Amino acid sequence: MANTAGPGGATPEQLSIVDRIVAEFSTSRGALIPMLQQVQAEIGYLPYAIMERIAERSGVPPARIFGVASFYSQFRFEPVGLHIIRVCEGTACHVQGAVDIVEAICDEFGVAEGGTTEDGKFTVEPVACLGCCSLAPVIMIDEDTFGRLTPEQARDIVRNYGTARDEGGAKA
Amino acid sequence: MPDRSTSSKVTIGLSSCGVAAGAAQVYEAFRREFDERGLSTPLRRTGCIGMCYREPLVDVDTEGLGRVTYGGVTTEQVARIVEEHIIGGKPVEEFAVRMEGKRLEDEAYYDRQVRLVLRNAGLIDPESIDEYIEAGGYQGLTKALTEMTPEEIVETMKESGLRGRGGAGFPTGVKWDLARQQPGDVKYVIVNADEGDPGAFMDRSVLEGDPHSVLEGLTIAAYAIGASEGYIYARAEYPLAVRRLKMAIADSQERGFLGDDILGSGFSFRVSVKEGAGAFVCGEETALIASIEGQRGMPRLRPPFPAAKGLWGKPTNINNVETYANVPWIITNGAAAYAAYGTETSKGTKVFALTGKIVRGGLVEVPMGITLRDVIFEVGGGIPDGRKFKAVQLGGPSGGCVPEEHIDIKIDYESVTKTGAIMGSGGMVVMDDRTCMVDIARFFLQFTQDESCGKCTFCRVGTKRMLEILDRITSGEGREGDIERLEELGKQIVSSSLCGLGQSAPNPVLTTIRYFRDEYEAHVYEKRCPALVCKPLLTYEIDPDKCIGCTLCVRACPVGAVSGERKGPHVIDTELCTKCDACRKACKFEAVIVS
Ligand SMILES: Cc1cc2nc3c(=O)[nH]c(=O)nc-3n(C[C@H](O)[C@H](O)[C@H](O)COP(=O)(O)O)c2cc1C
Ligand code: SF4
Ligand code: SF4
Ligand code: FES
Ligand code: FES
Repeated sequence: MANTAGPGGATPEQLSIVDRIVAEFSTSRGALIPMLQQVQAEIGYLPYAIMERIAERSGVPPARIFGVASFYSQFRFEPVGLHIIRVCEGTACHVQGAVDIVEAICDEFGVAEGGTTEDGKFTVEPVACLGCCSLAPVIMIDEDTFGRLTPEQARDIVRNYGTARDEGGAKA
Repeated sequence: MPDRSTSSKVTIGLSSCGVAAGAAQVYEAFRREFDERGLSTPLRRTGCIGMCYREPLVDVDTEGLGRVTYGGVTTEQVARIVEEHIIGGKPVEEFAVRMEGKRLEDEAYYDRQVRLVLRNAGLIDPESIDEYIEAGGYQGLTKALTEMTPEEIVETMKESGLRGRGGAGFPTGVKWDLARQQPGDVKYVIVNADEGDPGAFMDRSVLEGDPHSVLEGLTIAAYAIGASEGYIYARAEYPLAVRRLKMAIADSQERGFLGDDILGSGFSFRVSVKEGAGAFVCGEETALIASIEGQRGMPRLRPPFPAAKGLWGKPTNINNVETYANVPWIITNGAAAYAAYGTETSKGTKVFALTGKIVRGGLVEVPMGITLRDVIFEVGGGIPDGRKFKAVQLGGPSGGCVPEEHIDIKIDYESVTKTGAIMGSGGMVVMDDRTCMVDIARFFLQFTQDESCGKCTFCRVGTKRMLEILDRITSGEGREGDIERLEELGKQIVSSSLCGLGQSAPNPVLTTIRYFRDEYEAHVYEKRCPALVCKPLLTYEIDPDKCIGCTLCVRACPVGAVSGERKGPHVIDTELCTKCDACRKACKFEAVIVS
C-alpha cells in the first residue's frame, strides 16, 4: 500500500475524481459551491489535501476555498459513518419532544450530537425540519424516515437498524 | 356487473411526508393487488394532498361516484378498498376521510380554505407536464406572451395587490416595476426556495407538488422585467424538490415554454437550479445572491437593492416560491379576481404549515383576513387530548408568539405585526399548556445564534449573551435582573444589526417576555417551570398513598434511582434521578409526581 496515497493522504483515485470534477466545472461562473458539492458527493467529505488539490487545479486561492467551505454547514471535513441518522430539531419536532429523542439516540451510541460511532457505522446529525412536521418527532436514517416516535422507539430503531442492515441482513 | 376497474382512478400522495408515513408501500400494495387481479385501473402519484395529519392518503376517483379520500391507509386495507370500492363500486366508508356528496367530520378542514397557490397540489402528477397543462397550466404564460405587454403585466400585478410571501410582504408589482425600469439588457430573475424556517414546509410542498406553477410564474416575471436568465436557489435538504424542478425545466423546454423564442414571441429565457449548502442566512436576498456567485453567503447593506444591483452586479428580481406560484393564476384569472380575496392591505390567500399541538395539522391555504382562531380551531380542529391553547408561533425564528388574548386578530400583514409577531413565510406552530415559553424562546435563539453569519458584532455576540442568560434561566440558575437584561440586549440587537436575521432574532424572546412574563419570573425567582418542561427545575417523587409497590418503576429506571420493598411504597433518590420520565410512564397508578 506504500505508494497508493498521494500528497497529504489523498489517494490517486480521489485526486483523479477531483481533477475530473474541476475540469467539468471550470468554465461556468459561480461554480465553486457546486464543485465542492460534487466532490463531497463522490468522496464523502472534504479533507485538507482534497481542498488543496481543488485550489491547485482550479486556480482559486486556497484561502477562498477554505473560507467558502467552512461557511456552509453542508461541507464536512471529517469522514462520516456508514449510515447517517438525521434527527429533526425543527420547531414542530421540538414542541413534540425532539430533545428526548436526540438524548436517547446519542446515549444509545455513546456519541455527542454530530458525532460518529467508534466503529464508523453511524453519524448522528441534527437537522432543522425534515418537512414531515405532521409526523413529529421525526428521524431519518439514510433514506428511511420514522415519525411519531417515543425515545424508546427511537432507541429500538437505531439499535435494530445497525444489526439488520450490516450483520443479519446481507440482502439490504 | 359492469367492469368498474377502469372507471376508477387511484391517486396516492407521494410527497416527502407521505413517503415518511409509508405511502410508497401502499402504492406498491395497490400495484400488486391490481396485477394479481389483472385490473387495468390507473395508478397515479401526486404531491401534498394537504391532510398531512392523515397520511398516507389515497384518492379514488370513480365515474358516477366522485372522489373519495382514504386516510391513514395501511397495506392491509388495500385489498378491501380494491375489492369493495374499485371492483364492487361501494366506497369503504370506515376508512374514508373525505367523500364527495357526503359530509364527513374532516370536511371542516376544507370549509374555510381557498386553494389558489395549491390549486393543483394533490390533484396532478407533479412529474407530468401534460397533467399540468390539462389543469390549465401555461395559459397564464401564453396570455402574457401573446396578449400582454410587459407594462400591462406589471400593472396587473400591482392591481392584484399581491405582496411578497417570503416574509417582508413587499408589493410584488412594485418590485417588478423597479427591475423593469432599470437600464441595461442583462437582467436576472431568481426564485428564493431556501425555505429556512425550521418547522415550515410550504415552499417545499409547492415545489414537490406543482413545480411547473413556479416555473411558469418565473417565466412571466422574466418577460415582464426583460430578463433572459433565471435561477432557482433551493435549500440543500430538498432533494425531491430539486429533482422535480429539473424534470419540469427539461419538459417545459421541450414543449417550448422555456428556451429560445418561447411560443413564437421572440422572447428567450433559460433557468437553472442552484442547490444551497446549508446556511439559513442565505435566505436573505443579498446573501443568496452572494451564494449563487460562489461566495460566502453574507448579507450586504441595502441599498442598492437587487432590483438595481443584484446578481453579478446586474438588475435582479428575487421573489419567494409562493409569490411566483400565485402569478399564473393572477394573469389567467385577472387582478380583480385575486384582489376579491383578503383585506384592504393584504390581498389574496396565504399558505400556512399548521403544526404543533393541533388536531388537524398540514398544509392549509386560507384567504387573508381570516382570524387566527378560525385557522386553529375550525380548520385545524383545535388542540388534541383536551388540552388548553396557549400560544401560536408565527414567522419562525424571526417571528413571535401570539397568545390567546390576541387570537381573534385578522391575518394580514399589519395586524400580525401589531402583536409583535410577523406574518413570516407561513410557519404556524400551535402550543398548548405543556409548552414552556421560555424553552421555546431559547430554542429559536439557539437557532439564530448558530446561524448568525458573524458580520455584525451585536448579532454575533449579543445573541450569544442572550442565549447564555436563557440557558441560565432554564437550568434554574436565573438571577435577579436577567429578564430586564434580555429586553435590553434584544433592543440593542434589533437596532444595530445589518440584516433581517439579526434585526429579528430577539423577536421570539421579546414577544414571550411581553406576553408570558410571569412564566419567566417563575423560572427566575421560584426556580419553577410551570409547564414542566425544563428538566433541571423538575423533581420526581412517588406519592406513598398511590404507590402499591408493583416495582414497575424500579425496572424502568435506567440509573437505579428508585428503591422500595415489593408491595411497599417506593421512593426516588433525587440525587441519582436524571429526570428521564421513564418511571412516570411505567407507573399504572399515577403515583409518580412531577413538580
Ligand atoms: C435571515 C433571512 C432569511 C430569509 N429566508 C427566506 C427564505 O427562506 N425564503 C424566502 O422566500 N425569503 C426569505 N427571506 C426574505 C428575502 O430576503 C426576500 O425578502 C424575499 O425572498 C423576497 O421575496 P418576496 O418579495 O416574494 O417575499 C429571508 C430574509 C432574511 C433576513
Ligand atoms: S445581522 Fe447577523 S446574520 Fe445579518 S449580516 Fe449581521 S451578523 Fe450576519
Ligand atoms: S425519572 Fe428516570 S431516572 Fe428518575 S427515578 Fe424515574 S426512571 Fe429513574
Ligand atoms: S420540524 Fe421536524 S419535520 Fe418539521
Ligand atoms: S399531505 Fe403529505 S405533505 Fe401534506
